[in-house]
Amino acid sequence: MSTLLRTPASVVWLVLVGATAVSWTLGTDNGLGPDTQRLAGIAILAIAFVKVRFIGLYFMELRDAPSVLRGFFELYCAAVGTLVLALFLFAH
Amino acid sequence: MTTLVETESLSTPKRVPGEPGAWIFILGDMCVFAVFFSVYLVQRAHDPELFARSQEQLNRNLGALNTIFLLMSSLLVVLAVRAVRQDAHRHLAPYLFVGAIVCGVCFVVVKAFEYHEKIAAGITPETNSFFMYYFVLTGVHLFHLVFGMGVLSVLWRLAKHENPSGLHLAFIEGGACFWHMVDLLWIVLFPLLFLVR
Repeated sequence: MSTLLRTPASVVWLVLVGATAVSWTLGTDNGLGPDTQRLAGIAILAIAFVKVRFIGLYFMELRDAPSVLRGFFELYCAAVGTLVLALFLFAH
Repeated sequence: MTTLVETESLSTPKRVPGEPGAWIFILGDMCVFAVFFSVYLVQRAHDPELFARSQEQLNRNLGALNTIFLLMSSLLVVLAVRAVRQDAHRHLAPYLFVGAIVCGVCFVVVKAFEYHEKIAAGITPETNSFFMYYFVLTGVHLFHLVFGMGVLSVLWRLAKHENPSGLHLAFIEGGACFWHMVDLLWIVLFPLLFLVR
């Protein structure tokens, strides 16, 4: 079992759990002012798309995929991440 | 970690995980959800106060708990796929897939509790546009998750083969990627619906 766990995906999993804890802390802090809330929102969404990229590259194994498939996924993360952040800011 | 990652990447030949056809479905589904994310944010822009007020009624802790269940299940699926590829560990793969399915069941139970909590408080999709999006987006995701649990059950059966064929391995990899997609979509839905204000 320990041999199975010895993979970069295990390290990435720990990073993903840590990132979830950071987002949850930022998202549940009720003492933030409107501007800080906005910054927290940007950070939470940016963290989400970094997590998406990590899941794709390490769990779906796209870092070892042909450049077309990996490129499409990278493009998705960049384009949808930017769009979501832009629309979030537009709402403020 | 970078050194380890680079070493592995250099030594691994480029290949499509699973059947190429599965990727058309996975990437297509991800694009559909990208439209959902955008439509939700555009609607939010029309009435940010209503969305912020309504969001306060969601249970953020349950959302975070479900994120952990999905991350746990994804790790178990990663380990199961690794186990299937290694003769010495193949016998562990069915147990790891069962572990991932159990995590999926936990997600469904938490989501059912969450829906029950809302409906008991008189909150339904008709309450306002925020809750319409909340129920529809989480419902569509839940449908994907339940379908994914069905896929994991098939992978569990395939993983019991002592000598899986190339086709079996491709199906296992493709099915695993579908499950990771379910995780990945929740990774965006959770902050979008529960956290950002």
